[in-house]
This record gives sequence, C-alpha cells and structure tokens, in this order.
Amino acid sequence: MTLVDFLQLDLVPMLAAILACVTCGLLGTLLLLTRNSMMGDAISHAVLPGIAAGFWITGTRASLPMVGGAIAAAVVAVALIGLVRRLARLEAGAAMGVVFSGMFALGLLMLVWSGADRVDLDVECVLYGILETLIWPAATGPASLFDPAALAALPSELLLLAGMFAVTVVALLLFWKELRLAAFDPAFGTVIGFDPRPVRALLMLLIAAACVAAFWAVGSILVIAALIGPPAIARLLTERYAAQFLLAALAGGAIAVAGYAVAALIPAALGAAQGFNAAGMIAVMAAVGFALATALSPFRASRRRRAAASRA
Amino acid sequence: MINADFLAALTFSLGHNAAVVVLGCAAFGLSAGLVGSFVLLRGRALIADVAAHATLPGVAAAFIGATLAGVDPRNLWLLMAGGAATAALGSLAVRAAAATGRVREDAAMALVLSSGFGLGVVLMSVVQSLPTGGQAGLAHFILGQAAGMSEAEAQALMILAAIAAGCALVLFNPLRALCFDEAFAASAGLPVRALDLALTALMLLVAVAGLRAVGLILVVALMVIPAVTARLLTERLSVMAPVAALVGAASGWVGASLSAAVPGLPTGAVVTVTACALFLLALFFSPTRGVIAAALGRAVMTWRIARDHALRGAWEELERKGSGADAPFAEAAIAEAWAWSAARMSAVSLALRRAGLWQRAAEPGFLRLTASGVDAARNVVRRHRVWEIYLTRAGGVRAFAAHRGADLIEHTLPPEVEAEVEAWLETADPDTARLAVPPPVEGARA
Repeated sequence: MTLVDFLQLDLVPMLAAILACVTCGLLGTLLLLTRNSMMGDAISHAVLPGIAAGFWITGTRASLPMVGGAIAAAVVAVALIGLVRRLARLEAGAAMGVVFSGMFALGLLMLVWSGADRVDLDVECVLYGILETLIWPAATGPASLFDPAALAALPSELLLLAGMFAVTVVALLLFWKELRLAAFDPAFGTVIGFDPRPVRALLMLLIAAACVAAFWAVGSILVIAALIGPPAIARLLTERYAAQFLLAALAGGAIAVAGYAVAALIPAALGAAQGFNAAGMIAVMAAVGFALATALSPFRASRRRRAAASRA
Repeated sequence: MINADFLAALTFSLGHNAAVVVLGCAAFGLSAGLVGSFVLLRGRALIADVAAHATLPGVAAAFIGATLAGVDPRNLWLLMAGGAATAALGSLAVRAAAATGRVREDAAMALVLSSGFGLGVVLMSVVQSLPTGGQAGLAHFILGQAAGMSEAEAQALMILAAIAAGCALVLFNPLRALCFDEAFAASAGLPVRALDLALTALMLLVAVAGLRAVGLILVVALMVIPAVTARLLTERLSVMAPVAALVGAASGWVGASLSAAVPGLPTGAVVTVTACALFLLALFFSPTRGVIAAALGRAVMTWRIARDHALRGAWEELERKGSGADAPFAEAAIAEAWAWSAARMSAVSLALRRAGLWQRAAEPGFLRLTASGVDAARNVVRRHRVWEIYLTRAGGVRAFAAHRGADLIEHTLPPEVEAEVEAWLETADPDTARLAVPPPVEGARA
C-alpha cells in the first residue's frame, strides 16, 4: 500500500468516519445524560423518509434539502411518539417502536418507488453506509493536501460532515449551561424560571441533522453505535460534565480509527484481497471499547459497595 | 395489471408459490401480534428489537461455520438456530451491560442492538469473500424477501402460529398476571421466572421466524404495531390479544400479496406499512381513544363548562338583584363575572339560546332564563354550593379555596358522589343545607 493509495482510497473514508463518530459522540452524550438513548435509535430510523424525499427533490446526495427533510421527519416522529404515548397510554419504548419502524418502512418504500435505489441512494447504503465509496481520485501525493484544485474535488459528503461537526461544537459552546441544566435537573430549571423545552427541541434537531451526516458514513442503523457507544464508554470513565464530553469525543475518534484500521488498513497491509465492512467494524469497536472501559472503570468499587448495600 | 395480480394474490390464486408465501406471512403476522401483545404490556418492546437485530451475527456465523464444515450453508434451520443463539446472547448482554450500574438499560439496549448488527454486517462481508459465492441471499434476512419462501418454511410459520396461539391460550391468566402486576403474580405463587423465560422464548421464536418473512429490522414492527392498534381499541387483554393477532395476520396477508404482485418491493416494508395503515385508522377512529373521539370529548367538556358557568352567572346575577328566577338580566353582567370577551360571550349566548336554556328579553342586551333554564341553573348552583359546603365543613378547606376547588371539580362530579354529598349534608347540617342552597329540582337534571 503506497501513500498515494492511502490518500486516494483511505484518507477520506477515515476522516468521514472520525467526523461522524466525534459529532455523534458529542450529541449522544446529551442523549445519554437525558436518558433518551433509545430516542437516538428512533430518530435514526425515522429520518429515512425525510432523506428519501430530499433526495427525490434534488436528485443528489449530501444536499441541504436532504438535511431539511430529515429534520422535518424527526420533528414528525417526535410529535407522533408523543401523540401515541398520550392516546394509547403507552410507555415510551412501545410508542417509539410503532413510530420508527413504520417510518423506516415508509422510507424504504419511498426509496424503491422513486427509483432512487437504482441511482446512487440504495437500500444497501441505508444499511451499511457508503464509507468505501468516498474516494479522492484527485490526490496524487502529499502535495495534494495543500492543492486547492485537488481539495475542491473532495467528496461533498466530507464537507457536510465537517459542517455538522462545526455546528455541533458551536451549539454546545453556546448552550453549555442550558444543556447542562436540562440534562441534570430539569425540575430545578423549572423552579428558577428556565424552560427546558427549546433546548431539548434544539437537541433533537441537532441529532436529526447528525443522523443525516453520519448516515453517509455508517448507514442508518449503525449511527446508533456512534451515538451511544462513545458516551457510554466515557460515562464509565468519568463523573465530570466537561470531561464526559471530551472523553466521548475522544472515544468516538478512537472507535472510528480502530474500526477503520481493523476493517480496511490492516487487511490491506497484510495483503488480503478484501477487507471487512468498515461501518460494521466501527460498531463492533464501540462494543469492544465499552467492554474495555468496563474493565478499566475506576468506579467499580462503588458498584460493589452499592451491591453490598442493596443486599444488606 | 398490478391490481389484477394483487387481487389474485389476495385470494390465493396467483399460483401455488404466491399462495404459500401469503399464507406463511399471514401466519407469522398472527403469531407476532399475539406474542407482541404480551411483550408490549410487559414493557419489552425494545428488547424484542434488540433481539431481532442481534440475530444477524448468528445467521452469518452459522453460514460461515457451515461452509467451513462442508455442510450446505443454505439450510434455513441452521441459519435460524444461529440467529436464535445470538439473539438470546444479545438479550443477556443488555442485562449484563445494565448491571454495571453506570449506564441505564436504554443505553445498553442501543449499544447491543447496533454493535450486534455491526458484527453481523462485518461477518456478512466475510461471507461475501467465501468461495461458495456471493452473499447467498443473506441480505434478504435484513429486509425480508418472502417471495422465495418454500412450502416447508411456510408450514413452519403456520406451526409457529399454532404454538404461539396454544401458549397464549394455556398461559393466558398467568401471563396476564405477569404483565400487569409482577409482584402480585409472585405473591400468588406463580413461577414468575419460568413465565418470564417462556415469554422471552416465544419472543425469540417470533424474532427468528420473522427473519424470512419481514426481515430483522422490521420484526419489531409486527410485534408492536398490531398490539398497539389493539390497545387503542380495547381495555381488555382478552380482547386485545386476539385483535392484535388479527391485525397482524391481516397485515401479513395484504402486505405479502402486494409484495407478490409488485416484484422488487421489500416484503417487510410493505407488511409494516400495511400494519401502520391499520394503526392510523385505529388512532383516528377508535371510539374510546382515537384522536377524533378525544377531540369530541374535549369539545363536549368545553361546552358543558361554558354552559354551567353561564347558568351560574345568570343565577347569581338574579340573586344579587333580588329579582325572580324568570326576570331579565344583562348579558354584559355574565361576561363581566367570568371575564369573557365579547366574542366568547356571544358564542356562549347563542349556544344556550339554541339549547333552549335562555332567550332574548324585550330589552336589547338582556336575557331571560326559560323554564328548563331555571331548572338547570338551580341544579348547577346547588351542585357548586353543596360541594363548597362539603369542602369547608368536611374537608376543612378555607372558603376561597373551597370556591376554587368546587369550580374545578363540579363539572365532572359523578352523580353517585353528588348523591353521597347530598346525604352527608342532610345529616351533618340540615339548616345550612336549606338556607344557602337552592332546593334540588325534582326529575330534571342539568
């Protein structure tokens, strides 16, 4: 494997995976802290009709209408989940199951009907992502990294992912205190006259947008691993709010690099004809990272104490 | 063309193969709906989703293992056994991850679901590089491809439906106790753990059986959507379970027929969208819990409250002026008493005129209660004051709070509670009863 090969075939997928996993890790931390982990699952499935509609309108991948469609679909999904919960008096999980599976099925049918599945948005890419297709043929050597013409030929998916990452970081910095309040003590927030709903709505919008961005990298089901894996790992390693975000971002980057390396780089270096599916491997690495973090967690003593206390 | 094919498939006359597929999917829908009712009420809907996603690595691993061992890797039973094994492991992994005490169950579920599916995707990319060639149709397990279903497979799905129905019948009462009140079930001497295990086993069986028919992503749809649809229609489990089974079977039947008539449509998606259509019908038109019924109920309540307020306002205005019950009074006085806007007042005024409770008096801007309006107003005022007295005397609530409390509850007071309060008032303080409250109207009720 030469450097040019790496630049052309592996650099962009790896960057895309890292950007997707770090963005999702940061946003997923908020989901985890607000005890909404399965909401990430629901939204990542439910945005599919929005993505299909956006693709239908523009005919291109990685476009803003697609992000808009996904956000609209996420808003519809959240509203429907609330409605079903209220009318059928169901626990949240059941209401989510109804709404997201229904919307996912609708999205699949829209893809098939619109003929999008024959162009370049197919059911496979919904399931596995398209990391492997994000190539950069314009790269001719390290100099391309500074060559505007070559940089302009980067896949637009990468730019979308970079944009989402920037938006996420800015939103986190702007609403740092508010998000913390909404995550840890919404009741106290209400008492001091702070309405947590706009912040929560903002979070859902960001998650939906991140789902579209990450959709290109890892596909619609494996997004959940990127959303929940890194924050769960970080949660095992720290008790502090800021450290939780930093560790989640680090863990996101780490599972992306490890997953891509094990799936593509190492088999290629060993001379294997074919690697593994990178998106799937990233999800597996999320579980491996969680297992490692469980083993290394500094908080196990307190767990034992708690277990002892519950026995007593 | 499509329509003719669709009708033919619906009536099982699109050829033997299509009929087998449609019957198989209907049987699967039936068992999924039935088992789903219990899974839903037990609060395990998302665990079913996790288990279904976790079948993929097992299926792919079984395929690889069979290839390496030289067995035919396309043996469906082998693949399903592999899927069931990893699905069970996935459910255990959720418990183990949640047991660390640092992440909650929902995070553990999300993690196991996605990494299990991810492992399956990785193993499938291994399968692709095997010499036996291609993904060998494994991808069909993800979104379902009922078209290639063999007769033996369809029969297996029917046997599954029979097993699920049998279990549901035999274990109906114990499962009901488990789903609604686990503590009660345990104290009644039921083997809670064994029952839980049986329900989980049924759920895994359905999840694995659904691989072929609807695919692993949408298995949860067929377990949850029919059950929720039935939940919207009834309050009784003995009705809900069969209704869910019916909805599931109908979705499987219609969905598989559509998918047989239009090649290329993923069966799972069509079946799920069919189930969703039934669900939406129930969501809007359910007589007890539907959107329309809820809106109607709210409208009736709004009308009743406005009517009661208008009548009490009229009565109190007449009392204040010391005139008789059929004397005219100013519409503006009522609007002022309740702080109603002019538009709202005129709407209420029109509605009460239509209901024959009051009519225009000779003077402009003045109203007069009709005979039935007088009765209704007297009833409303009596209910309000009796309840106020009850709250202050029996409940020790202060006068102003009692007034507010009566305002809040008087519109929804059930008649038997009203009768009870009346009886209490008679014995507790007959003098007050006679002084402060207008006497009850015989016969007529507001």
